[in-house]
Amino acid sequence: MEILEKGISGTTESSDIYITVEPNDENTIAIDLQSDVEKQYGDRIREVITNTAKNLGVSSVKVTAVDSGALDCTITARTLNALQRALGNERYNWKEIETWNV
Amino acid sequence: MVKNNVGKEIPKEFADQYGVFDEQFSNVKPFEEASRKINPVKPGDEKLLGSLREAIEKTGLEDGMTISFHHHFREGDYVINMVLDEIAKMGIKDISIAPSSLANVHEPVIDHIKNGVITNITSSGLRDKIGAAISEGIMENPVVIRSHGGRARAIASGDIKIDVAFLGAPSSDAYGNINGTKGKANCGSLGYAMIDAKYADQVVAITDSLMPYPNAPISIPQTDVDFVVEVDEIGDPEGIASGATRFTQDPKELLIAEYAAEVITNSPYFKEGWSFQTGTGGAALAVSRYLRRAMIDKDITASFALGGITNAMVELHKEGLVDKIIDVQDFDKNSAISLGENENHYEIDAEFYASPFSKSSAINQLDVCILSALEIDTDYNVNVLTGSDGVIRGASGGHSDTSAASKLSLVISPLIRGRIATVVDEVNTVVTPGDSVDVVVTEVGISINPNREDLIEAFKDLDVPQFTMDELRDQAYEVVGQPKAIEYGEKPVALVEYRDGTLIDVVNNV
Repeated sequence: MEILEKGISGTTESSDIYITVEPNDENTIAIDLQSDVEKQYGDRIREVITNTAKNLGVSSVKVTAVDSGALDCTITARTLNALQRALGNERYNWKEIETWNV
Repeated sequence: MVKNNVGKEIPKEFADQYGVFDEQFSNVKPFEEASRKINPVKPGDEKLLGSLREAIEKTGLEDGMTISFHHHFREGDYVINMVLDEIAKMGIKDISIAPSSLANVHEPVIDHIKNGVITNITSSGLRDKIGAAISEGIMENPVVIRSHGGRARAIASGDIKIDVAFLGAPSSDAYGNINGTKGKANCGSLGYAMIDAKYADQVVAITDSLMPYPNAPISIPQTDVDFVVEVDEIGDPEGIASGATRFTQDPKELLIAEYAAEVITNSPYFKEGWSFQTGTGGAALAVSRYLRRAMIDKDITASFALGGITNAMVELHKEGLVDKIIDVQDFDKNSAISLGENENHYEIDAEFYASPFSKSSAINQLDVCILSALEIDTDYNVNVLTGSDGVIRGASGGHSDTSAASKLSLVISPLIRGRIATVVDEVNTVVTPGDSVDVVVTEVGISINPNREDLIEAFKDLDVPQFTMDELRDQAYEVVGQPKAIEYGEKPVALVEYRDGTLIDVVNNV
């Protein structure tokens, strides 16, 4: 699936993450992450965002993430929501999402 | 490298210089107290000088000397920056500073380090930007972190030799009789400053409230003071009372407080004439409210409350639930006022409070203390100095002192803060050894140190969930994931002294 619009989800409150997704000219999942816990969890946060995009069938997207200590479940939810908004999808395939189990 | 008794590697040069941590009391031995120079004052001599500049000149302060300050004004302090700026203007370099602690407001210290004015620091702690700058490695010599009791010991034993102490004095007469309860910038107890005054070669009192002679009560006497300087303002009263006194509404903190109170009130120490220290912080203040209820219900009173004093202690005292308050520093306005007005509220110095090398300290009489933590590991070792990212941001305070000396030490902390686990495999920095910690209290339950078989027996029917530290860590990691270990550089940026002067840990740059 191709990202043609901008999508935003989340807040900058503590324990949340603010995700912006935009079209990417290069065929990559490019992540620009700012995080309070970069040293301890930076790699893990990038992994969760990447996996979520891939699971949704998105392979080309620019992601800007401002993390304030969100847990993995929050990161997945915000990423998914931002991508769905960018794709204009209003329906979620909950059964499939459940199987990702990231 | 030399490995100490909590498994931390200490570089050999520092191990040789300081010794390495062995056991809590193994290094407590007789010693010869340090002495000081005295310039006697004759009848007719004046101590009151026209300016700070003149005072610095009169002391003969020169390159390479050690100066000290107290941190009773906390975030409201003007004195440290004022003195350092003047010293820098005078072109003096290579100064060692030995404040009892540093606050965020002392950020200009960073520039004085970069300009070569300050080349050595010893302090209880380093906050925010100063901590971050030190962790980056801006100093050639590592900062020496000392507990409040450890600092008093270091001064009394001569490990810290103070050439000139610049002491902010809420009120002073022209002969140097000082107290912290009268004047404009009242901080209450001057417990940490009293040690500097007693052992420094020269003492400059800096005041904005000059009183007629004699200024009483006398916390620091004229016999310890060389010069007096009057300035416009020594501190901001709002910043001085920055210790949080609000009662927490956070359900997690309330649950921790409730569990802590269960532990305390069901311990063998909770009986008529008991004693305690709570410190500050939302949960700790909430504990005192639960203790109040329990003392009323069971008709028990405490003989004393000790330490950094808050309004919560003062209110318990006024209600007749706490007989006496023993006070080394005050965290809020009401406790400072109480010290001035209340004859059963006593001011003590840091040596009396917590020095392991004194002829007994007050903490040795303490039944129960409540302490906080940034991290606790599965061996009960506690970190109150570095954040989970390895950057210095906290303070040693009285943590290792009170936990070692009291009969029951509780470390209370949420299991996780945001995405940060508090209970971890290995703390970034050991400040307090696990042997000193008796019970860890979190919102999911408690963990009793297996060394305390008596407590395990006493709490076997306690209505609070009990876990091993491994179980607490697993619960934390299950929520936040296992953190990646912090990658430190090669440069030691802080040496962490145990209260006896040996090294318990070393913090490297990050």
